[in-house]
Amino acid sequence: MEATETLVRDTKKVEDKKVKKMMLILSKATIENVYAAFILANGARMEGIESEIFFTFFGLEAIDKDKLEHLHVATVGNPAMHIPTMLGGLPGMEALATSMMKKEMEKLDIPPVDEFLEILTASGVKMWACKLAMDMFHKEKKDLIDDLDGVLTVGDFYQRAAGEGTHLLFI
Amino acid sequence: METLENIKLNPEGYLTDFSQWTPEVGNNIAREEGIEMTDDHWKVIHYLQDQYKQEVPLSIRKVGKSGVVTIKEFYALFPQGPLKISSRIAGIPKPASCI
Repeated sequence: MEATETLVRDTKKVEDKKVKKMMLILSKATIENVYAAFILANGARMEGIESEIFFTFFGLEAIDKDKLEHLHVATVGNPAMHIPTMLGGLPGMEALATSMMKKEMEKLDIPPVDEFLEILTASGVKMWACKLAMDMFHKEKKDLIDDLDGVLTVGDFYQRAAGEGTHLLFI
Repeated sequence: METLENIKLNPEGYLTDFSQWTPEVGNNIAREEGIEMTDDHWKVIHYLQDQYKQEVPLSIRKVGKSGVVTIKEFYALFPQGPLKISSRIAGIPKPASCI
């Protein structure tokens, strides 16, 4: 009987601490960062966890109709590329590294950015653009993907993060 | 619930032996997950089992492209985690996919 009570209590403890909502902030436009945000947001939904992405600063490019299909991996200032920085700066290097990376991702069934955005929308991920970043880069709503849920200030975004079990993640 | 008694499950509640699966087992697991099975649910379950038998690794993207169900419908059918819950009901292992 006591064991059952302990079990019930422990189960409740786990329930209370469960992640209920992931609020991701994407501030970069390099493809590895964009994919990190997308995979984390999608992965949350797959577990029945709510998720939202706030696109700010360069992260806006991931939802910019003209740019989202042309995101690159960083070959300069990225020690994980394991090539000399001078080489990474040569013309065409970013494009080459990016196309190699995209091929590898397709093998793993990771969709391209445009399709991934559609999957996120279909999965119920809420996507928000940062108002300040839009003003800074002179972007209007029509420049961004049609599936966007809206434009928010930082304050609005924090309001949405209210409630227990919400986690914020800056990428 | 008696039909789940002799079924071998792993600690996460997934069948360890697919040959033990029957629609009744699927129904009981669905009830545990709070899902009332409809024809649309079963269509997905049969598709997953079919893929499993062919040893095709499953992902949300693949299910969405199957023509059986769109990703949006898939989430509507199994809101608490479409791929993991449907796989459990289908009696197949939990997919190791992040997509």
